Parts: sequence; structure tokens; C-alpha cells
Amino acid sequence: MAHTIAQSGIWVSRSIAYIGELSILWWQTMTWVFTPPFKGKRFLGQAKRIGPGSFFISSLVAFFVGMIIALQMAYQMVKLSAEIYIPNVVAVSLTRELAPVLTALIVAGRIGAGITAEIGSMTVTEQVDALRAFAVNPVKYLVVPRFLALIAMLPVLTIFADLIGIVGGYMICVLKLSVSPSMYINMVIQSLSIKDIVTGLIKTVFFGMIIAIVGCHQGLGVKGGAEGVGRATTVSVVISFIMIIITDCMFTTMFYFIFNA
Amino acid sequence: MIEIKNLYKSFEGNPVINNLDLTIQTAETKVIIGRSGVGKSVLLKTIIGLMRPDGGSIRINGIEVTTLSEKEYNKIRMEIGMVFQGGALFDSMTVGENVAFVLQEFMDLDKKTIQDKVADALALVGLKGIEDMPPSALSGGMKKRVSLARVLCMEPQIILYDEPTSEVDPITADALNNLIMELRDKLKVTSIVVTHDMNMAYKVADSIAMFYHGHVIADGTAEEIRGCRHPVVKQFIHGEAHGPITEDENLIFGHVK
Repeated sequence: MAHTIAQSGIWVSRSIAYIGELSILWWQTMTWVFTPPFKGKRFLGQAKRIGPGSFFISSLVAFFVGMIIALQMAYQMVKLSAEIYIPNVVAVSLTRELAPVLTALIVAGRIGAGITAEIGSMTVTEQVDALRAFAVNPVKYLVVPRFLALIAMLPVLTIFADLIGIVGGYMICVLKLSVSPSMYINMVIQSLSIKDIVTGLIKTVFFGMIIAIVGCHQGLGVKGGAEGVGRATTVSVVISFIMIIITDCMFTTMFYFIFNA
Repeated sequence: MIEIKNLYKSFEGNPVINNLDLTIQTAETKVIIGRSGVGKSVLLKTIIGLMRPDGGSIRINGIEVTTLSEKEYNKIRMEIGMVFQGGALFDSMTVGENVAFVLQEFMDLDKKTIQDKVADALALVGLKGIEDMPPSALSGGMKKRVSLARVLCMEPQIILYDEPTSEVDPITADALNNLIMELRDKLKVTSIVVTHDMNMAYKVADSIAMFYHGHVIADGTAEEIRGCRHPVVKQFIHGEAHGPITEDENLIFGHVK
């Protein structure tokens, strides 16, 4: 029992220390974001890699998730002859919750892991040391462009995921459940409010920060050669996933109390 | 001039540099020799501020650098170039972009001037016309030479070399030795060269310092080191498998049966 308590204490103190390290990196990044000179080329390079590079996979997932929600809802709604409300469920669940979270998880897996592997191999081959030796701050040079690109591109990817997921729901509702196309579109428009879309997008900005900071922090802290890079990449994805889900839960709770107050 | 006094640096309680005293005069080429793991590379990284010492003093051109902030240190770093052991070329850039890195980051130069400076720097290290190649296509020795070309573009007052001739063929190694001597003679560059290559040490050194157990056990000209009677120095410079170093480290080499 005492051993379990001691282990829990160690785990909690390590987690707090880790969050502290992430917070310090976040603060340094925010400071460098507003410190000239501003090099747009590096930001654009990262944005291109993150946005168009992740568009296909995030859209594909959103499309099938839209179809799945419609099909799952159809089980119950058909019994109640309430198929007409399926577009509402598809639109609201996608824009508020599923498109932001799933897009963030896909980008964390694809881009977050890539960031850790890239910066990690730069760390073990002394490239990060070389940057510092040339009086270039690694946070400014490596973290800031990725951070900005992620918080800019994740909302854009989410908007497309919202739209494409709704198209996925359309395919089921219109082709399988005999909801007319105009009815589907009308129900989607009626059910969605600006609040649904905006709250979904606000979350993605924070998800983008999490992916960038966790990915870069793991990469900059790599020790032990290729094995260390592999380990850091795995840890980066796992921590990003956990933090995205916890942050999503916190935002959902916060929005619930704000909008139902 | 670089003056190092009572320098101490440890990792997880194990001292790597232990009360080290060393002075490198302006325009001097100081060669540092010693077994692997005695803190030669750590010393270079401590001088350029990539690692902070646990104690002691480093004065570069009269400025105490161990207490400087990162921002203040960057001003000192603009005068120091370092050729890393593995080259440390940026994988995401071509050779030309690597060599032009400092020019593009800190200097307001037009594209043509940068291209000319890059071509000149690459020609100096015997690698003309490889600007468009990726670092992954280069051999270990070529990477080091590109790394030196990148440093030369900075026109530094001090250059730190971490094993510049390892993985380099003897002919190119000799050309690099000549280049290091030319930089000293013509541009008055101060150099610290960490190497295991005794031919290089004897050729380029104004003075040679031998590290052992984290501090300097011998410091003198190439001739003085050659004639040194210290048994540790003798074993090292003659490259003998048996002697006080291997006995001290309890290092027993096996034999083919």
C-alpha cells in the first residue's frame, strides 16, 4: 500500500514537472513569436506541410465518420420515424466535437510525430547545438514556425472536416434513408449556430498549441541516438492524444456552463 | 585570447573537467589531445556556451563568459566558429544553403554576393561546385569540410575544431592542416583543435595540451611534447596499447585465440 502511494506520488510530481517544462517552452515560444526578425518563409513551409499534407487523411476520416454517425443514429431514429433529425445530429456532433478532436488526433499522429522525429534527429546529430553555436535560438528557429503553422492550419483543416463530414452524412441520409437533399441541407443549416462552429474552432487553436509544444519539447529533449528518437516520437503522440482529450473535456465543460448559465 | 581557470564540469556527479587551467593566446593554434571521454569536446562546448560549467572561469578576449546570459553570449558566439565532430550540417538544406546559413540569417547581402561567398568558402575546403547536393549525399569527411566552409563564411576570430581530420583521407587531411595554418598566418585566427591525429597535432600546433583525468598534464610546443618523459604522454603520443593509461583504466585488450 505504502509502495503504491509512493509510486503515485512520484508519478504526480513527474507529471507536474513535465507540465511545468511544457509551460516554460510555451512561454518562450510566445515570447519569440512577437520578437523580430519575422521569417515568413519558414512558417509557410511548415503550413504547407501541415495543411495540404494532412488534408486528404483528415477529410477521408471526417467523411466516413459523417456516414457512421448517420448510420448509427438511423438504428433508433427509424424506429421513431424521426430520420429527419439525423442531419441535425450529424452537423452538431461533427462541428462541436468530432471534427475538431479527430482532426487534432490525426494531425498529432501525423505531424506531431514527424516534428518530434525531425527535431529529435537534429538534436542527436548536434544540429540544434550548431544553431546555438551560430547564435540562433532553437525555439525561434524550430518551434515558432511549427507552432504558428499548427494553430493556423488546424482550424482550416477542421472547417473542411466539418463540411466533408456533413457530406458523408448526406450520402447516407439521402441515398439510404430517403431524406430529400433540400431537406438535409435545410436541417443542417437550421440546426447549426455560429456558436457550434466557433466553439469547435476555438478548441483546435489550443489543440494546435498542444501538438506543437509537446512535439517540439520531446524532440529537443531526445537523448540516446536513434532509439531515443523512436521513444520520444511514441511518447510525443501518446502525450498529445491524452492532452487533446483532456483539453477537449475541459473546453466542453466550460462551454456548457458558459452557454447554459 | 582565451583564459580558462579552475574549470569544473561534471555529469551526474562524475567530473569530466576537473580544475582545468589553459590559456590560448590570440592567433595561436592550440591542439588538445587525450583519450576519448576525457572532456575535450566538453571543453569546446563549454567555451562556446553550449554547456555551462559547474565552476571556474572562462575569459574570452577579457570577457568573463560563464556568467553571461544567452543573449549576451550570442554576441561572443558571432566571433567564434565551431566545426562539429559529425559536421552537424542541417539535413533540410542543401550544401549551399548550409554554408550560406549565417550570411542569410544575420547579414543583409544580395543573392549574388552570398553565392560568391559560398563558392569561395567551398573552394577553400576543396569542394567546389557541390552547392546543390544534400548533406545526406556526402561522406563523413566531406561533411566536416562543408562544416568548416560554413564557419569560414562567418569570418570568426576563433575557430574550435572537434576532430576535423577523422574520417578524412590523408591527402585531404594535409590540405585541411594547411588551411588551418593559413587561417592563423594570414587572418590571425585563434584555433583550438581537438584531435587524436598526432601527425596533424605536430603539423598545425603552436602548442599541444594533453588532457588526462579532466585536467592538463602536459602543455608545450610540438617538440616539447615529442620529448616529454611523462609516461602517460609517452604512451598516448606513441599509441601504445600497454602502459600507465591502460593500467590505470584497468583496460585489458584481448588476443585472438
